Amino acid sequence: MCLSIPARIVSVDEDYAVVSFGGNTFRAGVQLLDDVRPGDYVLLHAGFAIQKLDPAEAEETLRLIDEMQDPGNDRQ
Amino acid sequence: MDLIKPFRDPARVDKLLEMIHREATGSYRFMEVCGGHTAAVHKYGIKELFPGNISLISGPGCPVCVSSGSFIDHAIALSRRTDTITASFGDLLRVPGGSKKTLYEAKSRGADIRIVYSINEALNIAKRNRQKRILFPAIGFETTAPGNAAGILEAERNEIRNFLMLSAQKIMPPAMKAVAEGETNINGFVCPGHVSAITGSGIYRFLVDEHGTGCVIAGFEPVDILSSVLMLLRQVNNQRPDVEIQYRRAVKPEGNVLAKNIMNKVFGLSDEWWRGFGIIPGSGLQLKPEYEKFDARRVFPGYTFTEQENEGCICGSILRGLNTPADCPLYVSECTPDHPVGACMVSSEGACNVYYCTGKRVYSE
Ligand code: SF4
Repeated sequence: MCLSIPARIVSVDEDYAVVSFGGNTFRAGVQLLDDVRPGDYVLLHAGFAIQKLDPAEAEETLRLIDEMQDPGNDRQ
Repeated sequence: MDLIKPFRDPARVDKLLEMIHREATGSYRFMEVCGGHTAAVHKYGIKELFPGNISLISGPGCPVCVSSGSFIDHAIALSRRTDTITASFGDLLRVPGGSKKTLYEAKSRGADIRIVYSINEALNIAKRNRQKRILFPAIGFETTAPGNAAGILEAERNEIRNFLMLSAQKIMPPAMKAVAEGETNINGFVCPGHVSAITGSGIYRFLVDEHGTGCVIAGFEPVDILSSVLMLLRQVNNQRPDVEIQYRRAVKPEGNVLAKNIMNKVFGLSDEWWRGFGIIPGSGLQLKPEYEKFDARRVFPGYTFTEQENEGCICGSILRGLNTPADCPLYVSECTPDHPVGACMVSSEGACNVYYCTGKRVYSE
Protein backbone atom coordinates (compact mmCIF):
# COMPACT_ATOMS: atom_id res chain seq x y z
CA MET A 1 0.00 0.00 0.00
CA CYS A 2 2.64 2.48 1.05
CA LEU A 3 5.07 1.09 -1.47
CA SER A 4 6.65 3.89 -3.43
CA ILE A 5 9.12 3.36 -6.24
CA PRO A 6 11.76 5.63 -7.77
CA ALA A 7 10.91 6.56 -11.36
CA ARG A 8 12.14 9.00 -13.98
CA ILE A 9 10.06 11.64 -15.72
CA VAL A 10 9.98 11.14 -19.52
CA SER A 11 7.56 13.89 -20.50
CA VAL A 12 5.13 16.23 -18.79
CA ASP A 13 1.70 17.34 -19.97
CA GLU A 14 0.11 19.68 -17.40
CA ASP A 15 -1.21 17.55 -14.50
CA TYR A 16 0.16 14.27 -15.83
CA ALA A 17 3.53 12.89 -16.77
CA VAL A 18 4.88 9.81 -18.46
CA VAL A 19 7.35 8.20 -16.07
CA SER A 20 9.64 5.25 -16.59
CA PHE A 21 10.64 2.60 -14.12
CA GLY A 22 12.50 -0.64 -14.80
CA GLY A 23 11.94 -0.38 -18.55
CA ASN A 24 8.19 0.23 -18.25
CA THR A 25 6.36 3.50 -18.62
CA PHE A 26 3.37 4.69 -16.63
CA ARG A 27 1.13 7.73 -16.60
CA ALA A 28 1.28 9.47 -13.24
CA GLY A 29 -0.30 12.55 -11.70
CA VAL A 30 2.18 15.33 -11.00
CA GLN A 31 -0.28 17.74 -9.33
CA LEU A 32 1.58 17.32 -6.04
CA LEU A 33 4.87 18.69 -7.38
CA ASP A 34 5.98 22.10 -8.58
CA ASP A 35 8.07 22.27 -11.66
CA VAL A 36 8.79 18.70 -12.72
CA ARG A 37 10.90 18.25 -15.81
CA PRO A 38 11.94 15.37 -18.03
CA GLY A 39 14.93 13.66 -16.46
CA ASP A 40 13.86 14.33 -12.86
CA TYR A 41 13.69 11.39 -10.49
CA VAL A 42 10.47 11.12 -8.51
CA LEU A 43 8.89 8.79 -5.96
CA LEU A 44 5.84 7.14 -7.45
CA HIS A 45 3.00 6.16 -5.12
CA ALA A 46 -0.55 5.02 -5.99
CA GLY A 47 -0.52 6.81 -9.34
CA PHE A 48 1.10 10.05 -8.20
CA ALA A 49 4.61 11.44 -8.09
CA ILE A 50 4.73 12.38 -4.40
CA GLN A 51 8.20 13.88 -4.13
CA LYS A 52 11.30 14.55 -6.18
CA LEU A 53 14.34 12.42 -5.45
CA ASP A 54 17.53 14.40 -5.16
CA PRO A 55 20.62 12.59 -6.53
CA ALA A 56 22.95 15.12 -4.84
CA GLU A 57 21.39 14.28 -1.46
CA ALA A 58 21.74 10.56 -2.25
CA GLU A 59 25.47 11.09 -2.79
CA GLU A 60 25.70 13.15 0.37
CA THR A 61 23.99 10.35 2.33
CA LEU A 62 26.47 7.81 0.97
CA ARG A 63 29.34 10.11 1.87
CA LEU A 64 28.03 10.50 5.42
CA ILE A 65 27.60 6.74 5.73
CA ASP A 66 31.08 6.09 4.41
CA GLU A 67 32.47 8.62 6.85
CA MET A 68 30.62 6.94 9.68
CA GLN A 69 32.67 3.92 8.80
CA ASP A 70 35.97 5.73 9.16
CA PRO A 71 37.43 4.44 12.45
CA GLY A 72 37.97 7.22 14.92
CA ASN A 73 35.37 9.32 13.19
CA ASP A 74 32.36 7.34 14.29
CA ARG A 75 31.79 9.14 17.60
CA GLN A 76 31.82 12.83 18.12
CA MET B 1 23.04 8.39 -10.71
CA ASP B 2 21.79 4.95 -9.70
CA LEU B 3 19.50 5.54 -6.72
CA ILE B 4 19.20 1.89 -5.69
CA LYS B 5 22.42 -0.08 -6.18
CA PRO B 6 24.76 1.87 -3.87
CA PHE B 7 22.15 1.48 -1.12
CA ARG B 8 22.37 -2.30 -1.51
CA ASP B 9 26.16 -2.45 -1.65
CA PRO B 10 27.33 -5.55 0.27
CA ALA B 11 30.56 -3.88 1.44
CA ARG B 12 28.60 -1.01 3.01
CA VAL B 13 26.18 -3.49 4.58
CA ASP B 14 29.05 -5.46 6.12
CA LYS B 15 30.76 -2.39 7.54
CA LEU B 16 27.54 -1.03 9.01
CA LEU B 17 26.78 -4.37 10.62
CA GLU B 18 30.26 -4.53 12.08
CA MET B 19 29.77 -1.09 13.64
CA ILE B 20 26.34 -1.98 14.95
CA HIS B 21 27.75 -5.09 16.63
CA ARG B 22 30.62 -3.10 18.09
CA GLU B 23 28.55 -0.21 19.39
CA ALA B 24 25.53 -2.14 20.68
CA THR B 25 26.65 -2.30 24.27
CA GLY B 26 23.25 -1.87 25.92
CA SER B 27 19.80 -3.16 25.21
CA TYR B 28 17.70 -1.59 22.47
CA ARG B 29 14.08 -1.81 21.40
CA PHE B 30 13.45 0.00 18.15
CA MET B 31 10.12 0.06 16.32
CA GLU B 32 9.94 0.20 12.54
CA VAL B 33 6.60 1.97 12.31
CA CYS B 34 6.00 1.47 8.61
CA GLY B 35 4.90 -1.83 7.08
CA GLY B 36 7.16 -1.09 4.13
CA HIS B 37 10.11 -1.22 6.52
CA THR B 38 8.82 -4.47 8.06
CA ALA B 39 8.68 -5.97 4.58
CA ALA B 40 12.20 -4.73 3.70
CA VAL B 41 13.72 -5.86 7.01
CA HIS B 42 12.47 -9.41 6.43
CA LYS B 43 13.04 -9.51 2.69
CA TYR B 44 16.72 -8.68 3.20
CA GLY B 45 17.04 -10.85 6.33
CA ILE B 46 18.30 -7.85 8.30
CA LYS B 47 16.76 -8.87 11.61
CA GLU B 48 18.78 -12.08 11.77
CA LEU B 49 22.01 -10.12 11.34
CA PHE B 50 21.57 -7.98 14.43
CA PRO B 51 23.07 -8.85 17.80
CA GLY B 52 20.57 -10.28 20.29
CA ASN B 53 20.37 -7.08 22.31
CA ILE B 54 18.71 -5.14 19.47
CA SER B 55 15.02 -5.86 18.97
CA LEU B 56 13.31 -4.48 15.89
CA ILE B 57 9.58 -4.47 16.51
CA SER B 58 6.97 -3.89 13.83
CA GLY B 59 4.38 -1.20 14.38
CA PRO B 60 1.02 0.18 13.28
CA GLY B 61 2.09 1.63 9.90
CA CYS B 62 0.17 -0.73 7.62
CA PRO B 63 -3.02 0.93 6.40
CA VAL B 64 -4.75 -2.32 5.50
CA CYS B 65 -3.92 -3.85 8.91
CA VAL B 66 -5.31 -1.03 11.01
CA SER B 67 -8.53 -0.50 9.03
CA SER B 68 -11.66 -1.40 10.92
CA GLY B 69 -14.07 -4.26 10.35
CA SER B 70 -16.97 -1.81 10.26
CA PHE B 71 -15.28 0.14 7.45
CA ILE B 72 -15.06 -3.08 5.42
CA ASP B 73 -18.67 -3.98 6.27
CA HIS B 74 -19.82 -0.52 5.20
CA ALA B 75 -17.95 -0.89 1.88
CA ILE B 76 -19.48 -4.37 1.38
CA ALA B 77 -23.00 -3.06 2.06
CA LEU B 78 -22.57 -0.22 -0.44
CA SER B 79 -20.92 -2.46 -3.03
CA ARG B 80 -24.03 -4.65 -3.11
CA ARG B 81 -26.17 -1.80 -4.41
CA THR B 82 -27.03 -2.36 -8.05
CA ASP B 83 -26.45 1.34 -8.83
CA THR B 84 -22.86 1.17 -7.57
CA ILE B 85 -19.47 0.18 -8.93
CA THR B 86 -16.80 -0.20 -6.25
CA ALA B 87 -13.27 0.71 -7.32
CA SER B 88 -10.86 -0.52 -4.64
CA PHE B 89 -7.19 -1.17 -3.97
CA GLY B 90 -6.73 -4.94 -4.33
CA ASP B 91 -5.55 -5.59 -0.76
CA LEU B 92 -8.81 -4.36 0.73
CA LEU B 93 -10.81 -7.06 -1.03
CA ARG B 94 -9.40 -9.80 1.19
CA VAL B 95 -9.69 -8.11 4.57
CA PRO B 96 -12.36 -9.76 6.72
CA GLY B 97 -14.94 -7.28 7.98
CA GLY B 98 -16.56 -7.42 11.41
CA SER B 99 -19.12 -9.70 9.77
CA LYS B 100 -16.19 -11.96 8.70
CA LYS B 101 -17.29 -11.34 5.09
CA THR B 102 -14.98 -9.78 2.50
CA LEU B 103 -15.36 -7.62 -0.58
CA TYR B 104 -14.12 -10.62 -2.59
CA GLU B 105 -17.10 -12.64 -1.44
CA ALA B 106 -19.40 -9.77 -2.39
CA LYS B 107 -17.71 -9.68 -5.80
CA SER B 108 -18.14 -13.41 -6.30
CA ARG B 109 -21.83 -12.96 -5.48
CA GLY B 110 -22.23 -10.45 -8.25
CA ALA B 111 -21.27 -7.06 -6.80
CA ASP B 112 -19.47 -4.93 -9.40
CA ILE B 113 -16.12 -4.49 -7.67
CA ARG B 114 -13.03 -3.55 -9.67
CA ILE B 115 -9.41 -3.38 -8.57
CA VAL B 116 -7.64 -0.07 -9.16
CA TYR B 117 -4.13 1.13 -8.37
CA SER B 118 -5.00 4.79 -7.91
CA ILE B 119 -7.87 7.20 -7.50
CA ASN B 120 -7.25 8.31 -11.10
CA GLU B 121 -8.39 4.92 -12.40
CA ALA B 122 -11.48 5.14 -10.19
CA LEU B 123 -12.24 8.57 -11.67
CA ASN B 124 -11.90 7.17 -15.18
CA ILE B 125 -14.42 4.44 -14.33
CA ALA B 126 -16.72 7.20 -13.06
CA LYS B 127 -16.37 9.16 -16.30
CA ARG B 128 -17.21 6.11 -18.39
CA ASN B 129 -20.18 5.04 -16.24
CA ARG B 130 -22.14 8.20 -15.57
CA GLN B 131 -25.34 6.28 -14.80
CA LYS B 132 -23.66 4.52 -11.83
CA ARG B 133 -22.19 5.71 -8.57
CA ILE B 134 -18.51 4.91 -8.16
CA LEU B 135 -17.46 4.07 -4.63
CA PHE B 136 -13.77 4.49 -3.81
CA PRO B 137 -12.87 3.10 -0.35
CA ALA B 138 -9.87 5.25 0.62
CA ILE B 139 -7.26 4.01 3.05
CA GLY B 140 -3.69 5.12 3.56
CA PHE B 141 -1.61 7.57 5.52
CA GLU B 142 -0.07 10.94 4.64
CA THR B 143 1.69 9.24 1.71
CA THR B 144 -1.57 8.40 -0.05
CA ALA B 145 -3.94 11.13 1.14
CA PRO B 146 -2.51 13.99 -1.00
CA GLY B 147 -3.09 12.01 -4.21
CA ASN B 148 -6.60 11.15 -3.04
CA ALA B 149 -7.16 14.84 -2.36
CA ALA B 150 -5.92 15.74 -5.86
CA GLY B 151 -8.44 13.20 -7.18
CA ILE B 152 -11.29 14.90 -5.30
CA LEU B 153 -10.22 18.28 -6.69
CA GLU B 154 -10.27 16.78 -10.17
CA ALA B 155 -13.76 15.33 -9.58
CA GLU B 156 -14.88 18.81 -8.51
CA ARG B 157 -13.25 20.56 -11.48
CA ASN B 158 -14.53 18.10 -14.07
CA GLU B 159 -17.94 17.79 -12.39
CA ILE B 160 -17.68 14.04 -11.89
CA ARG B 161 -20.76 13.97 -9.68
CA ASN B 162 -21.15 10.20 -9.50
CA PHE B 163 -17.94 9.74 -7.51
CA LEU B 164 -18.03 8.86 -3.80
CA MET B 165 -15.14 8.38 -1.40
CA LEU B 166 -15.49 6.22 1.72
CA SER B 167 -12.56 7.43 3.77
CA ALA B 168 -10.73 5.57 6.52
CA GLN B 169 -7.50 7.48 5.86
CA LYS B 170 -5.28 8.13 8.84
CA ILE B 171 -2.30 10.15 9.97
CA MET B 172 0.72 8.65 11.70
CA PRO B 173 1.73 10.88 14.67
CA PRO B 174 -1.27 10.13 16.96
CA ALA B 175 -0.66 6.38 16.62
CA MET B 176 3.05 6.84 17.38
CA LYS B 177 2.06 8.84 20.43
CA ALA B 178 -0.18 5.95 21.51
CA VAL B 179 2.77 3.58 21.10
CA ALA B 180 5.08 5.90 23.05
CA GLU B 181 2.54 6.09 25.87
CA GLY B 182 1.81 2.36 25.81
CA GLU B 183 3.60 -0.55 27.45
CA THR B 184 5.85 -1.38 24.51
CA ASN B 185 8.92 0.47 25.89
CA ILE B 186 10.42 1.69 22.68
CA ASN B 187 13.69 3.60 22.80
CA GLY B 188 13.74 4.65 19.20
CA PHE B 189 11.51 4.89 16.14
CA VAL B 190 12.58 4.03 12.60
CA CYS B 191 10.18 6.57 11.11
CA PRO B 192 8.19 6.01 7.91
CA GLY B 193 10.12 7.42 4.96
CA HIS B 194 7.29 7.98 2.51
CA VAL B 195 4.93 9.53 5.05
CA SER B 196 7.80 11.87 5.89
CA ALA B 197 8.45 12.71 2.22
CA ILE B 198 5.09 14.50 2.44
CA THR B 199 5.00 15.70 6.06
CA GLY B 200 8.64 16.56 6.68
CA SER B 201 10.42 15.82 9.95
CA GLY B 202 8.67 18.24 12.33
CA ILE B 203 5.78 15.87 13.08
CA TYR B 204 8.08 13.67 15.19
CA ARG B 205 9.53 16.44 17.37
CA PHE B 206 7.02 15.81 20.21
CA LEU B 207 8.29 12.23 20.53
CA VAL B 208 11.72 13.59 21.45
CA ASP B 209 10.51 16.53 23.55
CA GLU B 210 7.69 14.81 25.44
CA HIS B 211 8.73 11.16 25.46
CA GLY B 212 12.52 11.28 25.09
CA THR B 213 12.29 8.81 22.20
CA GLY B 214 14.67 9.22 19.29
CA CYS B 215 13.46 9.25 15.68
CA VAL B 216 15.33 8.51 12.46
CA ILE B 217 13.50 8.86 9.15
CA ALA B 218 14.73 5.94 7.09
CA GLY B 219 14.85 4.86 3.47
CA PHE B 220 13.94 1.35 2.41
CA GLU B 221 17.15 -0.21 1.11
CA PRO B 222 19.40 -2.34 3.36
CA VAL B 223 22.06 0.39 3.71
CA ASP B 224 19.32 2.90 4.61
CA ILE B 225 17.84 0.69 7.30
CA LEU B 226 21.19 -0.33 8.81
CA SER B 227 22.54 3.20 8.92
CA SER B 228 19.27 4.39 10.49
CA VAL B 229 19.53 1.74 13.20
CA LEU B 230 23.13 2.79 13.82
CA MET B 231 22.01 6.42 14.12
CA LEU B 232 19.33 5.45 16.66
CA LEU B 233 21.81 3.32 18.56
CA ARG B 234 24.16 6.27 18.87
CA GLN B 235 21.31 8.51 20.02
CA VAL B 236 20.58 6.05 22.82
CA ASN B 237 24.26 5.54 23.73
CA ASN B 238 24.88 9.28 23.85
CA GLN B 239 21.56 9.90 25.63
CA ARG B 240 20.79 12.46 22.97
CA PRO B 241 17.43 11.64 21.40
CA ASP B 242 16.72 13.71 18.28
CA VAL B 243 14.84 13.72 14.99
CA GLU B 244 17.30 12.84 12.23
CA ILE B 245 16.74 12.32 8.52
CA GLN B 246 18.67 9.43 7.02
CA TYR B 247 16.50 9.32 3.87
CA ARG B 248 17.69 12.70 2.65
CA ARG B 249 17.21 12.00 -1.04
CA ALA B 250 13.42 11.94 -0.52
CA VAL B 251 12.74 13.77 2.74
CA LYS B 252 13.22 17.47 3.30
CA PRO B 253 12.70 18.96 6.77
CA GLU B 254 9.63 20.81 5.49
CA GLY B 255 8.32 17.88 3.41
CA ASN B 256 6.27 18.48 0.27
CA VAL B 257 4.48 21.74 1.07
CA LEU B 258 2.29 21.73 -2.06
CA ALA B 259 1.08 18.18 -1.34
CA LYS B 260 0.36 19.09 2.31
CA ASN B 261 -1.67 22.11 1.19
CA ILE B 262 -3.73 20.01 -1.23
CA MET B 263 -4.33 17.40 1.48
CA ASN B 264 -5.37 20.04 4.04
CA LYS B 265 -7.64 21.78 1.55
CA VAL B 266 -9.71 18.66 1.02
CA PHE B 267 -9.45 16.71 4.28
CA GLY B 268 -9.96 17.64 7.92
CA LEU B 269 -9.06 15.69 11.04
CA SER B 270 -11.50 13.23 12.58
CA ASP B 271 -11.48 10.56 15.25
CA GLU B 272 -10.57 7.24 13.75
CA TRP B 273 -10.48 3.64 14.92
CA TRP B 274 -7.19 1.70 14.69
CA ARG B 275 -6.87 -2.04 15.17
CA GLY B 276 -5.02 -2.59 18.45
CA PHE B 277 -5.59 0.95 19.70
CA GLY B 278 -9.31 1.66 19.39
CA ILE B 279 -10.44 5.18 18.65
CA ILE B 280 -7.56 7.67 18.52
CA PRO B 281 -8.79 11.28 18.61
CA GLY B 282 -7.75 13.44 15.66
CA SER B 283 -6.06 10.58 13.83
CA GLY B 284 -8.34 10.30 10.79
CA LEU B 285 -8.80 12.25 7.57
CA GLN B 286 -12.35 12.89 6.34
CA LEU B 287 -13.64 15.10 3.53
CA LYS B 288 -14.27 18.69 4.59
CA PRO B 289 -17.89 19.94 4.40
CA GLU B 290 -17.13 21.77 1.12
CA TYR B 291 -16.62 18.38 -0.52
CA GLU B 292 -19.40 16.49 1.23
CA LYS B 293 -21.14 15.64 -2.03
CA PHE B 294 -18.26 13.20 -2.60
CA ASP B 295 -18.47 11.77 0.93
CA ALA B 296 -19.98 8.28 1.07
CA ARG B 297 -20.33 8.54 4.86
CA ARG B 298 -22.69 11.50 4.45
CA VAL B 299 -24.56 10.21 1.43
CA PHE B 300 -24.92 6.76 2.98
CA PRO B 301 -24.62 7.11 6.75
CA GLY B 302 -24.69 4.15 9.08
CA TYR B 303 -21.04 3.95 9.95
CA THR B 304 -20.30 3.06 13.55
CA PHE B 305 -17.19 1.85 15.27
CA THR B 306 -18.59 -1.39 16.61
CA GLU B 307 -15.57 -3.56 16.51
CA GLN B 308 -15.34 -7.24 17.05
CA GLU B 309 -12.08 -8.98 16.27
CA ASN B 310 -12.04 -12.43 14.80
CA GLU B 311 -11.64 -14.87 17.64
CA GLY B 312 -8.07 -15.82 18.44
CA CYS B 313 -6.51 -13.18 16.15
CA ILE B 314 -3.90 -11.11 18.01
CA CYS B 315 -3.28 -8.70 15.13
CA GLY B 316 -4.10 -5.79 17.48
CA SER B 317 -1.30 -6.49 19.92
CA ILE B 318 1.12 -7.17 17.07
CA LEU B 319 0.34 -3.68 15.73
CA ARG B 320 1.08 -2.23 19.19
CA GLY B 321 4.43 -3.99 19.24
CA LEU B 322 3.53 -6.35 22.09
CA ASN B 323 3.56 -9.63 20.19
CA THR B 324 4.95 -11.17 17.02
CA PRO B 325 3.00 -13.37 14.59
CA ALA B 326 4.69 -16.44 16.08
CA ASP B 327 2.74 -15.80 19.30
CA CYS B 328 -0.58 -16.27 17.49
CA PRO B 329 -2.08 -19.76 17.80
CA LEU B 330 -3.76 -19.37 14.40
CA TYR B 331 -0.58 -18.35 12.55
CA VAL B 332 0.06 -20.90 9.76
CA SER B 333 -2.34 -23.43 11.34
CA GLU B 334 -5.52 -21.63 10.34
CA CYS B 335 -4.39 -18.25 9.07
CA THR B 336 -2.42 -18.03 5.82
CA PRO B 337 -2.26 -15.50 2.99
CA ASP B 338 -4.73 -17.69 1.05
CA HIS B 339 -7.14 -17.78 3.99
CA PRO B 340 -6.43 -14.74 6.13
CA VAL B 341 -8.24 -14.71 9.47
CA GLY B 342 -7.00 -11.23 10.34
CA ALA B 343 -5.97 -8.11 8.44
CA CYS B 344 -2.24 -8.50 9.26
CA MET B 345 -2.12 -11.60 7.04
CA VAL B 346 -3.58 -9.79 4.02
CA SER B 347 -1.31 -6.95 3.02
CA SER B 348 2.23 -7.53 1.82
CA GLU B 349 3.17 -4.99 4.51
CA GLY B 350 1.29 -6.75 7.30
CA ALA B 351 3.59 -8.42 9.85
CA CYS B 352 1.89 -11.84 9.62
CA ASN B 353 1.99 -11.84 5.84
CA VAL B 354 5.63 -10.71 5.80
CA TYR B 355 6.63 -13.44 8.29
CA TYR B 356 4.77 -16.06 6.32
CA CYS B 357 6.08 -15.00 2.93
CA THR B 358 9.69 -14.79 4.08
CA GLY B 359 9.56 -18.35 5.31
CA LYS B 360 9.16 -17.87 9.04
CA ARG B 361 6.58 -20.59 9.24
CA VAL B 362 7.69 -21.79 12.67
CA TYR B 363 9.50 -18.68 13.71
CA SER B 364 10.00 -17.94 17.36
CA GLU B 365 12.02 -15.14 18.84
S1 SF4 C 1 -1.66 -14.91 12.10
FE1 SF4 C 1 -3.72 -14.33 11.36
S2 SF4 C 1 -5.05 -14.66 13.11
FE2 SF4 C 1 -2.94 -14.58 13.90
S3 SF4 C 1 -2.58 -12.42 14.43
FE3 SF4 C 1 -1.89 -12.69 12.33
S4 SF4 C 1 -3.66 -12.12 11.10
FE4 SF4 C 1 -4.45 -12.50 13.16
